[in-house]
Amino acid sequence: MLDQSEGYTTADGRKIGPVVMEMKNITLRFGGVEAIKDISFDIREGEIRAIIGPNGAGKSSMLNVISGFYVPQEGQVFYQGQPRPPMKPYQVARQGIARTFQNIALFEGMTVLDNVMTGRLTHMKTGLFWQSMWKGRAETEETVNREVAEKIIDFLEIQAIRKTPVARLPYGLKKRVELARALAAEPSLLLLDEPMAGMNVEEKEDMSRFILDVNDEFGTTIALIEHDMGVVMDLSDRVVVMDYGKKIGDGTPDEVRGNQDVIDAYLGVAHD
Amino acid sequence: MTKTLEGADGLTSIPALLHRNATKFADAPAYREKEFGIWQSWSWSQALDEIEALALGMIDLGVAEGDFVAVIGRNRPRLYWAMMSAQMCGAIPVPLYSDAAAEEMTYTLGHCGAKYVIAGDQEQVDKVMEIQGDLPQFEEMIYLDARGLRKYDHEKLRSYAQVQDTGRARRDDLIADMKARIAKLDYDSTAVMLYTSGTTGNPKGVVLSNRNVIETSRTSSEFDHLRQTDDILAYLPMAWVGDFIFSVGQALWTGYCTNCPESPETMMTDLREIGPTYYFAPPRVFETQLTNVMIRMEDASKLKKRMFDHFMAHARKVGPDLLDGKPVSFMDRMKYKLGDLLVYGPLKNTLGFTRVRVGYTAGEAIGPEIFDFYRSLGINLKQLYGQTEATVYITAQPDGEVRSDTVGVVCPGVELKIEDNGEVYYRSPGVFVEYYKNPESTADTKDAEGWVATGDAGFIEPDTGHLRIIDRAKDVGKMADRSLFAPKYVENKLKFYPNILEAVVFGNGRDECTAFINIDLTAVSNWAERNNIAYASYQELAGHPQVLATIQSHVEAVNRSVAEDEMLSGCQVHRFVVLHKELDADDGELTRTRKVRRKKIEEKFHDIITALYDGSRQISTVTEVTYEDGRKGAIKATLEIREAAVEKVTTRMAAE
Repeated sequence: MLDQSEGYTTADGRKIGPVVMEMKNITLRFGGVEAIKDISFDIREGEIRAIIGPNGAGKSSMLNVISGFYVPQEGQVFYQGQPRPPMKPYQVARQGIARTFQNIALFEGMTVLDNVMTGRLTHMKTGLFWQSMWKGRAETEETVNREVAEKIIDFLEIQAIRKTPVARLPYGLKKRVELARALAAEPSLLLLDEPMAGMNVEEKEDMSRFILDVNDEFGTTIALIEHDMGVVMDLSDRVVVMDYGKKIGDGTPDEVRGNQDVIDAYLGVAHD
Repeated sequence: MTKTLEGADGLTSIPALLHRNATKFADAPAYREKEFGIWQSWSWSQALDEIEALALGMIDLGVAEGDFVAVIGRNRPRLYWAMMSAQMCGAIPVPLYSDAAAEEMTYTLGHCGAKYVIAGDQEQVDKVMEIQGDLPQFEEMIYLDARGLRKYDHEKLRSYAQVQDTGRARRDDLIADMKARIAKLDYDSTAVMLYTSGTTGNPKGVVLSNRNVIETSRTSSEFDHLRQTDDILAYLPMAWVGDFIFSVGQALWTGYCTNCPESPETMMTDLREIGPTYYFAPPRVFETQLTNVMIRMEDASKLKKRMFDHFMAHARKVGPDLLDGKPVSFMDRMKYKLGDLLVYGPLKNTLGFTRVRVGYTAGEAIGPEIFDFYRSLGINLKQLYGQTEATVYITAQPDGEVRSDTVGVVCPGVELKIEDNGEVYYRSPGVFVEYYKNPESTADTKDAEGWVATGDAGFIEPDTGHLRIIDRAKDVGKMADRSLFAPKYVENKLKFYPNILEAVVFGNGRDECTAFINIDLTAVSNWAERNNIAYASYQELAGHPQVLATIQSHVEAVNRSVAEDEMLSGCQVHRFVVLHKELDADDGELTRTRKVRRKKIEEKFHDIITALYDGSRQISTVTEVTYEDGRKGAIKATLEIREAAVEKVTTRMAAE
């Protein structure tokens, strides 16, 4: 078992810090349906933590609990050592958590740059008055934020589509723009909901590289949900496996790969 | 010869020119690069400061005089500076093609024995790391873009900024050494070594001296009246001699500004933003741009389309004459002005050509329609003929004497002669010093009197003095009936059709000519879309009966045109296939500069060639392809062999 207070060092020599988020005995119900049943796990600083499982396993619900969008009926979420009360989405954003969505939630009519700039909203302090004056503080602030946005555009190699309306982009690029917008918030915890869904092999490779680079370059803690086992195993430091709302495995990719319950869940066994 | 070859005012080296510019044009922009969405710029004095810092850092690192320093990456000011820093250390910069695979780099890096490599980004660093075991002389690598390199073993790896910081910190200790090294550079010391892309065999390292570079830059800048206030866009491979002359040689000589695009994908946007005044592009780029314009016009509103067609017809009629300063009637002038306001001006702006004063194309023949299109818009597009061994310039078209079928008159300082077999020879101050470590090839190419064989067959038009190139001398062959076989001549005519991207003609030593054809996916797919033709892949589109019929009509039109030329009428294409894959440099079918490698293609597709001559109606084949990451795969296809109508060989009587 891993030491609870200290971090650990990964195979490729990255230092993983203490626990930043902890799920304790989470149960989430929608009416009579138990989407998540008594799940506990933690996310450590600087690691890439994956949640995997077959369709309907409750992965997205879990991510929504982490992001604070769903409030579990039972159990407690601890963020940076503190129990977390129910929060509004903007409060979550201010805590340094950013996310992307499975089915892409960008502003289709706006350009890539404008979309990325919306990710900077939490860092903008000037009010409507100054913004509309477009002088002084508001202007300085815009410059600073634009610089951050541009660095991210450069980082994700989307310079060529900077001024293109999002609606005109292919799916794979939209996913990348969504990642850019999430990164623009300079999050300490980044949640990715199926970042690789619907992509071809090349796009998946690109996206994997960006995820690793984000983690490497900005030290961002990443929690991601993914369908594609191969990608997850290559990418993540530790994996939680879910099936029918229950946790059936937790550990390094190698540990998880050898877990009989996990193999059964993916390959299927007769249910009695 | 009376003209001085010893460099005016002691400007006998590239560092000397740089120092002059940093004093004379201190605050004028020297380099611009778009980064983070904004054009960053450096003046000549700032550039000198950066270059010196890097040079001092490199001396600190152990770069010695005579060392080879390889530079690999896309066009960025810092990589141009790296080449000049190497020169300040007395070392020799060797720019390499950044899209070359690791194995290709093993040869060049091993051949010159480069001790130091300056790499643009992680991709290039990875390639060099992969092969460094095969490079015993390799010592250290300097990288520019740190992205993704954090976890790498930094024992033999340093960042560009880090080297510059060391250089700045140790300036006082090392500056004397650097100045001494610069002082030793003269007109005959090596300025740069460039590897030729090589249609056959291994690439050869062409050694160019300061004399070659500076003399050529001087005469060519004067020829085209280049100014200190000019702007160019540096986007062609840094390993190519043209880029070295435009972005380093002429830029230093005249002091104009070199602009680097943000990324290869943003090149067209950046071109519009910069609006270069001096622009070079291979015919392929002009072709692509024209195809895009035409496609977009097809989708434009009726009114716009009619306006475009009407004024373009007028431009074709009088535009070239206006550009050449020939007399044009007052009414036509007025109408052209109106056209400029409504069509030509906005179009040039969209293409980024509003400010172009001198435009060049070279490398391949350009289609007359394409050439005339740009000239009719009022863009001074010209052709030049040159090669690495000549430090680019052999012939060029002077303003007012521009035609699509010649490559111009001899450049100042160049002498030209045509041997009996039609091969073109030249002699000039730009003639290269030698092929590095290859005296046999040097002797084969350059004779004792300094004449260099171009390897191209051509002739000088008696009344105009313009040079016309027919083909590569070694490709010009004989048909079975002893008539002349000039494949390139026919291929170029085929390629002038927007639907045809590439063509390869066979027939040396045979009775009849046949051809491979690659469709142009942009043009053909757009046509398919407009005509509701469904297709799933390149292969399917290339084999579509209607596509084949269109291509056949092009081939037959070319046959008619070829038949008009008595000497070459034997080169009409009797049969052809439309290939199921695009010819590609990764598969060794084209060179990195996208020239056809005939031998390779003949070997690789020998089954298809056989089928073209044995009367088959179709041929099933399997072709190996290489993906960008080096993995290999195979594609299977059944290709239809098409017969094309040929003209009876015309005699003079029949032609009249």
